[in-house]
Amino acid sequence: MFLFLIAAGLSLIFGVLRVLNFAHGTFYMLGAYTTYQLVQWLGVSGGRFWLTALGGALAIAALGGLVERFLFRRLYGKDELYQLLFTYALALILGDAAKMLWGTQQKSVSRPPELTSALHLFGATIPTYNLFIILLGPAIALAFWLVLQRTRVGRYIRAAALDRETLGALGTNVDALYTWVFVIASFLGGLGGALISPMRATTPGMDTEVIVEAFVVVVIGGLGSFWGTFLGALIYGQVLSFGILFFPRFSIFAVFALMAAVLIVRPWGLLGRPLR
Amino acid sequence: MRRIPWALLVLLAALLVPAAGSRFYTFLANDVIIWALFATSLNLLVGYTGLVSFGHAAYFGIGAYTTGILMKKAALPFVLAFPAAGVLAGALALLFGTFCVRLTRIYFAMLTLAFAQIVWAICFKWNEVTGGEQGMPEVPYPDLAWMGSLPVLRDLRTSDHFYLLTVLLVALCLWILHRIVRSPFGRMLTTIRENAERAEFIGVHVRRYELAAFVLAGAFAGLAGGLFGIFNRGVFPDFAYWTKSSEVLIMTLLGGMGTFWGPSVGALALILLNQQIVSYTEYWPFVLGIILVVLLFGFPGGLAGAAELLGRRLWRPRRA
Repeated sequence: MFLFLIAAGLSLIFGVLRVLNFAHGTFYMLGAYTTYQLVQWLGVSGGRFWLTALGGALAIAALGGLVERFLFRRLYGKDELYQLLFTYALALILGDAAKMLWGTQQKSVSRPPELTSALHLFGATIPTYNLFIILLGPAIALAFWLVLQRTRVGRYIRAAALDRETLGALGTNVDALYTWVFVIASFLGGLGGALISPMRATTPGMDTEVIVEAFVVVVIGGLGSFWGTFLGALIYGQVLSFGILFFPRFSIFAVFALMAAVLIVRPWGLLGRPLR
Repeated sequence: MRRIPWALLVLLAALLVPAAGSRFYTFLANDVIIWALFATSLNLLVGYTGLVSFGHAAYFGIGAYTTGILMKKAALPFVLAFPAAGVLAGALALLFGTFCVRLTRIYFAMLTLAFAQIVWAICFKWNEVTGGEQGMPEVPYPDLAWMGSLPVLRDLRTSDHFYLLTVLLVALCLWILHRIVRSPFGRMLTTIRENAERAEFIGVHVRRYELAAFVLAGAFAGLAGGLFGIFNRGVFPDFAYWTKSSEVLIMTLLGGMGTFWGPSVGALALILLNQQIVSYTEYWPFVLGIILVVLLFGFPGGLAGAAELLGRRLWRPRRA
């Protein structure tokens, strides 16, 4: 479900800014590292883990805002290739910066003490933390959807996705809106990283892995489509786990084959809308 | 005024590299030359036809595996195994390209990426044939004993002989690619890049041209891969991973898209730079990222574009 958090940010940026953000996986990785660092300073006990996770996500959101405001903005209206390569360059720079700061050793964060126990469900043992993540995914999805549907900012974001020029002509500050979109998307990416840190070790290289996974999710569901991303994440998880069950060696293959099939039949994704 | 035959001069200089006697420089030059072919093949697609492929490494990887497997497991001679790399990569490009050219812009890039990841996943997991995650080490050198019997080349190492072979083959490939770009077919690709709609209006079957460019680019990338597998003394799944695709894209961009020699210059610049920087710091990706940002903001035309600009500024006063 954490994959949904990352993919949602990616999809949001694409939907509004029409850019595939390669650096999004790096934001996720940095979210995990920042959380690790904060945990080193503050510890995880007494609910502090939640503080650190939020802090990590907010730090990444701020970083995303700065990047958009000072660099990314100059590339609007240029060739997609330049935008794509810029986000790639960003991924390289930030990824290496993380390596400089935290080294190549695996870093792990202990689970928050409230959720270290395990539950026995249907004969299987599930750590409470994993269960919490499973439930948190839909909760965040719902919250995010409500923000998009019901708030003023959400309405502006949806309007910008449909027609940025008209929105600008109607007197909205589209530039500021884009920065906010980038901030929210980075927040989601960072939060994904922060919440995954107690479940998986944080290592350099997790960024390039996750970004491809997130691409698959977003493409299957539909670039820029919110519920599509949710559906994509579900499908991705199912195909991967059932694939491992039936053809253990070719489950990765099945996932990419699915991505290619979706692109061939419905390039805009299962729940997406064709671009004009 | 006679034109200076730059291409021939460069070829001659490249052939003289082993004469310097340094194993290291020959190695470096070999690396550059193979990447130059790979980047030039991508340029046919990105620079000339305007199709941004994010999965060009797939064909490079296929070529490398084809030559590697044929030479190591089937013990076929290089004369057969090398063209096979181009043929198989081209055939795969035909299959994938058929679907890719139906999509536009960002979706095209995504689908090429998806196909490349499929190729990578197969190479990564199909242990019996590709060696899986471990790759396939110890691809043999082609039998180049005949070179040793030539008078001047007798004292050179096997790797030097292979280097000379690489230079000649890449020169041949580049010459063919140059002919393609300058042909009416190549001009039509540029027309499609500039305005696909108009090309359609004047009766050009745009998709068919794009597919042809895709197949050609894939085939030449396959040939580059075939050479690289031997040069690298082994073939590994990350040849087809998406980071390789972006690497070659950066080279093409660095040198200058849409100029014929740009990608080769980019390959040279990037590999030499890598060599230099790696001896100072382990954070090469960091530096690469910064180079890329400077390039994107400062010199969108790449090195060739910058040189052209400089050249124009220098020449204009004289003409006036």
